[in-house]
Amino acid sequence: MFKILQKTFATGIVTTKYPDEPAQVPEGFRGRPSFDFERWKDARPAADVCPTGAIFVCDEGGSRRVTVDYGLCVFCGLCAEASPDQAIRITQEFELASTDRRNLVVTAKYRLNADHTHQQLIEMWCGDGDVEAGVKSIGQKAREQIHKLLRRSLAIRQVDAGSCNGCEFEIVALNNPVYDLERFGIHIVASPRHADMLLVTGPVTRNMELALLKTYQAMPEPRVVVAVGACGISGGIFGKNYASLGGVDKVVPVDVYIPGCPPRPQALLHGILLAVGRLKGKLLPDRQK
Amino acid sequence: MMSAFFEALQQKFGARTQSMSAEREDEVYLLVGDPDIRAVVEYLRSELDARLVTVFAEDRRFSERVFYNYYVFERKGETSYLIVRAPVQPECPEFPSLSAGLPAVNWQEREIQDWFGLKAVGHPNPRRVALHDNWPDVHPLRKDFPLETVLPPFEGERHIYRPALGEGVFQVPVGPVHAGTIEPGHFNFAAAGEPILYLQLRMFYTHKGTEKLFEKLPIHKAVFLAESISGDSSFSHGTAFCHAVERAAQIEVPLRALIMRTILLELERICNHVADMGAIATDVGFAVANAHASRLKEMLVGVNEQLTGNRLLRGMVCIGGVRRGWDAAQLGALRAAIDAFARGFQDLLALIDSSESTRDRLEQTGILRPEKAKDLGIVGVAGRASGMDLDVRRDHPYAAYSRYTFRVPVYQAGDVSHRMQVRADEVRESLGIIRCAAEESLHGDFRAQVPPIPADRCALSAVEGWRGEILHWIRTGPDNHLERCKIKDPSLNNWPALVEAVQGNIIADFPVINKSFNLSYSGTDR
Repeated sequence: MFKILQKTFATGIVTTKYPDEPAQVPEGFRGRPSFDFERWKDARPAADVCPTGAIFVCDEGGSRRVTVDYGLCVFCGLCAEASPDQAIRITQEFELASTDRRNLVVTAKYRLNADHTHQQLIEMWCGDGDVEAGVKSIGQKAREQIHKLLRRSLAIRQVDAGSCNGCEFEIVALNNPVYDLERFGIHIVASPRHADMLLVTGPVTRNMELALLKTYQAMPEPRVVVAVGACGISGGIFGKNYASLGGVDKVVPVDVYIPGCPPRPQALLHGILLAVGRLKGKLLPDRQK
Repeated sequence: MMSAFFEALQQKFGARTQSMSAEREDEVYLLVGDPDIRAVVEYLRSELDARLVTVFAEDRRFSERVFYNYYVFERKGETSYLIVRAPVQPECPEFPSLSAGLPAVNWQEREIQDWFGLKAVGHPNPRRVALHDNWPDVHPLRKDFPLETVLPPFEGERHIYRPALGEGVFQVPVGPVHAGTIEPGHFNFAAAGEPILYLQLRMFYTHKGTEKLFEKLPIHKAVFLAESISGDSSFSHGTAFCHAVERAAQIEVPLRALIMRTILLELERICNHVADMGAIATDVGFAVANAHASRLKEMLVGVNEQLTGNRLLRGMVCIGGVRRGWDAAQLGALRAAIDAFARGFQDLLALIDSSESTRDRLEQTGILRPEKAKDLGIVGVAGRASGMDLDVRRDHPYAAYSRYTFRVPVYQAGDVSHRMQVRADEVRESLGIIRCAAEESLHGDFRAQVPPIPADRCALSAVEGWRGEILHWIRTGPDNHLERCKIKDPSLNNWPALVEAVQGNIIADFPVINKSFNLSYSGTDR
């Protein structure tokens, strides 16, 4: 007993200050690829190498539509290596969670050159609004709300609906002394009956569809669903096939999407906190009845 | 040496053996005339003490009008694999089962039944394993089954478990959604009071068409799929895949990349071993040990990220080598972290060792006897704790392992405590390997030029992942695609060991026994 205490004191506090302070990530960490759409002269090399089709090119007449889907991205960085025009930069941003699937998709429309490179950007948009209002601002908004949101406790039930266990690797890390999820009053619980939030990983296999649905139905209202990782959002590299349904929202309604392959623990925390805000929204109308 | 062996086989089996060819010096193919290879297997196992490593099939109907079954063998003291290729005619889609005498291939033969529609005649338990009972009658790995097929909704009973009968006997169904943050699978316990009489497993909940998908992706993209076979083994599976392609295309990987791969493979091993040791301690109520273990793991995961840009070591390995080199600062961070980890790890071991109640719960719990381990073909950590002296790093060296000396811990006791001990020993050996490798001069190319991958080449590659032996077998196709990619995760071998090890133990000890194996569901189900 004495030894245990001695070791504990010798170790000291190892818990990170995130989200009060920005996360410390190592230099080489690959976060969100950032696209300089104005400068981008040819999207095809990047689209060709993208393992999941997150960069997609569609030519129609004299114009080209390029879509970048962060919900499919596995953050491999191949696109930046493949683009000779330096229009793609790998940033260290990871707070990418969104309440709207459409906000994870950026579309740019270009006029096309004879040699099939693009000439100029005609327009671009993200979800309902412009790119600034979309992908970039989400992280900020959530962080401002965090202190207000953390006054309540939250019970999470996690379901692996066919993941490769990479996302589980990171969800488990949330409970280690460094990220220490419980300091926010957030607990991962054993039963859906006790849960406010369903945290789902994996592309949802045919074999897990029913189990996922039953788990969701077993939860009391109000409830929120968070789809974790490229697979949970869109099927990721597995996509849709005879055994995979291609994303959590094919089976249950999703409130928050957390991109990543897998999302790092801080990114998970960010997404979970964003979902707490949604839960609060669902609670209020109830009280007014 | 191999040709003498072929002559011996031909003398014994005459017309049955048709040809022998060495794709490369450590990978020899033996073509036999018909699907009945029982006599050949018997000879290889009893006379030569060879081990049947894996069994799988391939649909070659559209190019050769035939299915092939493959039986991969290895032998103590020989670096080469022998692969017996047995044709199965489409007009008579069946082959004699080996499972009755060789339980190790029980699931693998049934996989062939489910995925290729080839019947394993005489199988003691021929029920479905890889497709659930309520799937329609489809065989997804046949070439005429499109990947994107939309199957009709489920009908009927999902899986019928054997009833447990007798006075006071009851059944406890658990899963597929478990209480903790783990992968899905169904465990059906039959118990009499506290002790478990019998455990039935239902896996393949996470089956997501991975092997089929390999046939669709261009090879450089398939590397990322390989990294997603089992997330905690991303680098091992990624390396096994790249290695297979490199062997098929005769790409020589620069030494620098081989050393870097070795370092990363060992980092992956240490990370997972220390996490498992913590988790085992948790499952017997010693949470403080887990706090320290997961802190140590997190430290290494941070190094993973510094070295590769990803906490799971993803996006680093590529065909021909690795994608980035390391500078002095990165190598310095690696050395510093290894030193800090080594100190912390000693403390962790001392902490666990000081807890008598922990030791008491782990010793004599979940015993897998060596003779059972041999019958079931158990590999990796679980195998080595039960007398299976196997380690791909030593037996079939790959990456830069032949440059380093390390000990392979083997124990006979086969209980949770010894599976823990194997991990502790291996962590120490891995630290030694990393230290030696990090002292080497890491200069020069880290990535070979990759020519277009030639079509119709077969290659087998093996990697000792942290769980055990990972095998990838590929046949290349035209346009940088694959015709077939067979993946064998060590978990596929080892699940039956869990069934064996829990018998007679109390249900309350199941979590710790399960954790001491810590098998990958996704790696099994693919």
